[in-house]
Amino acid sequence: MELWIDILIVLLILTNLKLMGSSRLSACIRVVALQGILLGILPLIAGHGQIPFRVMLLSAITIAVKGMVFPWLLLRALRTSNARREMEPFIGYSTSMLLSVGLIGLAIWMGGRLPLPVPLKSPLVVPLALFTIMTGLLAIISRRKAITQVLGYLVMENGIYAFGLTLAQKEPMLIELGTLLDVFMAVFVMGITIFHINREFDHIDTDLLTTLRD
Amino acid sequence: MFLILTAMIVLCASGVVSLWYGKTPGHANAIGPAGTVLGCLIGLIPAVEVLWTGQAEAFRMAWQVPFGSFHIQLDALSAFFLLPVLGLPAIAAIYGKAYLAAYSGKKNLGVSWFFYTILTASMMLVVVARNAVLFLMAWEIMSVSSFFLVCFEDEKESVRKAGWTYLVATHIGTAFLLVMFVLLAHHGPSMDFDHFSAAGMNGVSISGLIFLLAIIGFGTKAGFMPFHVWLPEAHPAAPSHVSAVMSGVMIKTGIYGIVRILTFLGHPDPWWGWVLTGIGVVSGILGVLFALAQHDLKRLLAYHSVENIGIIALGLGMGVLGMALNQPLLAVLGFAGGLLHVLNHAIFKGLLFLGAGAVLHETGERDIEKLGGLMRRMPWTGALFLLGAVAICGLPPLNGFVSEFIIYVAAFSGMGLSGISLSSIAIITALAMIGGLAAACFTKAFGVVFLGEPRTSAVMQAHEVSPAMRFSMVILGISCILIGFSGPAVISVMKSVVETVTGYQGYDIAAHLAVSLPPLKHISAAAGILLAILGVLIWLRQRLLSHRNVAQGGTWDCGYTRPNARMQYTASSFAQPLTGMFGFFLQTRQEAALPEGFFPSQSRLHTNTEDIFTRNLYRPIFRCIERFLLWLHWMQQGQVQIYILYVAVTLLLLLIWNLR
Repeated sequence: MELWIDILIVLLILTNLKLMGSSRLSACIRVVALQGILLGILPLIAGHGQIPFRVMLLSAITIAVKGMVFPWLLLRALRTSNARREMEPFIGYSTSMLLSVGLIGLAIWMGGRLPLPVPLKSPLVVPLALFTIMTGLLAIISRRKAITQVLGYLVMENGIYAFGLTLAQKEPMLIELGTLLDVFMAVFVMGITIFHINREFDHIDTDLLTTLRD
Repeated sequence: MFLILTAMIVLCASGVVSLWYGKTPGHANAIGPAGTVLGCLIGLIPAVEVLWTGQAEAFRMAWQVPFGSFHIQLDALSAFFLLPVLGLPAIAAIYGKAYLAAYSGKKNLGVSWFFYTILTASMMLVVVARNAVLFLMAWEIMSVSSFFLVCFEDEKESVRKAGWTYLVATHIGTAFLLVMFVLLAHHGPSMDFDHFSAAGMNGVSISGLIFLLAIIGFGTKAGFMPFHVWLPEAHPAAPSHVSAVMSGVMIKTGIYGIVRILTFLGHPDPWWGWVLTGIGVVSGILGVLFALAQHDLKRLLAYHSVENIGIIALGLGMGVLGMALNQPLLAVLGFAGGLLHVLNHAIFKGLLFLGAGAVLHETGERDIEKLGGLMRRMPWTGALFLLGAVAICGLPPLNGFVSEFIIYVAAFSGMGLSGISLSSIAIITALAMIGGLAAACFTKAFGVVFLGEPRTSAVMQAHEVSPAMRFSMVILGISCILIGFSGPAVISVMKSVVETVTGYQGYDIAAHLAVSLPPLKHISAAAGILLAILGVLIWLRQRLLSHRNVAQGGTWDCGYTRPNARMQYTASSFAQPLTGMFGFFLQTRQEAALPEGFFPSQSRLHTNTEDIFTRNLYRPIFRCIERFLLWLHWMQQGQVQIYILYVAVTLLLLLIWNLR
């Protein structure tokens, strides 16, 4: 069982690296979808013995929302916005990869020092969560397109979700579902906003928002 | 306590109602003043009662705010401060109704009255609050509502600038107060004032720090030099009845704060007294010197507020010194004199600002050099302004004299005592100098504004103000005379107030206060005789003139065949010998084009006396801050990604630092 968890975690870390390294927007969306599905599976194998119904429900909803609804929404926004299908990063792909590797080291160091209320099944869960949050932030900071900002936000939320998983036994499902609903609304609104920004300005490059400063 | 709360509710309610009727100026301008007068009268009842009996009353209510409780108490000190806090706004409201009537239709008077009543209510709350959170909230409401009152004529740029200066200054002061209260609460279980005094600050090393913070924080509101820079900007900008309330009462809440904090700190150190004395000397002398150099009547009065705050600080300094060195006589007389001057200054400064407002209302002119000859056109205003001027100069038999005299007595009693002599000499010299310069300054102000001939046509058409405005000034004038003549009786009222401040027992205080009674009685008697002689002389003059023709004619005109109004003595030329003598402090800038050749030709002279602290202290500091902030501008790239980077990096560094 522990082996499976570790494999899953390594896969998740790889999705993060793939996100930082890939240049095509649609590929990135698919990577984030894959990450959502993997995250949905994680609570199923992280639990002890009998899987309670609420955990099953949680992972089903997670897979549905993160693995299917979001990608569909984002791909639709991408199609309608006629944006160029490349990332147009501020920081190049190889530099991003190097940075990510550095962040993994940082996350593992932090994970070792962070005091936790409950013992964990795998020592890699907390570093994974921290690394995913940092990757999300890095994606927001280093990419130009508004869609990548949404993706970064989603990845960041995935990290928070993974962090919550470490405490999933203690955490009421209501909170988890509430967070999910929040994210769903956020992505929904962002998708619509991107669509409208595009219609007004014919592009979705956020760096051109600089003209709005005083 | 019930009446105090009722008074606050009446004030706030009338403010809200007049705000509601803002669009119909007639209603707003009636409800606002009426509510203020009613609320203030209700509030004065318990204040007088407490002063009379010396029994404190308290009221406490649970409150949701963290660390806060709605705890108010009316002891003798609060009750004493309530007299000016409620008295002057009520009188000024009657005046303000007539004063603001000229703006009816042009300005939303409902807003003005709303903030006026809120200001009055918040000042009430400031002096009765007994919880630090409640106090600070009341303090902020007071500052902000007075800011909006200052900005009444916000279409003028100078007014907006004055309001801005005031807002910045008052908030810097509040920042110091916040730190001070946190330090005070550090030693007690809660933010209640009861716990502050019970915490026992004796021998605690930070009590000196708390005292200094109080001096800066409250001193900014009170107008201690060098924290006074907002006063000469804000007072002229505000409508005159508001200037009267701000200068007469609101700045005194700073004095109240200092005295209240002193009661928490236990036995004072001698250097506290020296600090207060030093501030008093500097504020008093420089305040009156700068007043002397002003051309703007209301600005001149504002600088006189700084001067009088200095006199109050001298009294408090003597009191603190007396407490520190265990000289009860000095402590009692010092505090009694300083606190009594709070009330007296409220009365005569209120009167003077209302008088200046009357002049402004009739002529539209604040520049002293353009006024003149108003005594004949506005006899009531002129006479009452003269009365206020005599009172502020500290001349017997008016009220300013009584309080200054008590401080003099305190200083003279301190002569020869080790550790006090030097302060005593400083106080006596400073008081004498302030008195002399103030007399010169008001000779200038009154002489140039009210005597001589009008210098402009606007002044020529001036006439006496409405009865309501006269009524307010007459009440204040009568109070000046009453307190002046009933000095001995007023001093006995101070007994319970001084008892609250010093913690000495009642009998002692009465005996100590009695020291100043015999000379005061003599002086009152002498003044009475003087007045009687004056009455007889007036009666004689009228009798002698009764059967003759009285005509007006030019005085000796130096041989000019056609003298005109511009040949009169001007305010600047009158003050020039004195301002020249103290040129080192004033640093007046002169621009002159002197006449050349044998025949008269074009010439001009322009003088401008800027505040030295604004120019040499605050402007460089604020310019430095501005330069630093402009330099920080490179951080503002306008890119969302960069901003998120700032946030992310900060969070990450904090996390790493925490896990280190």
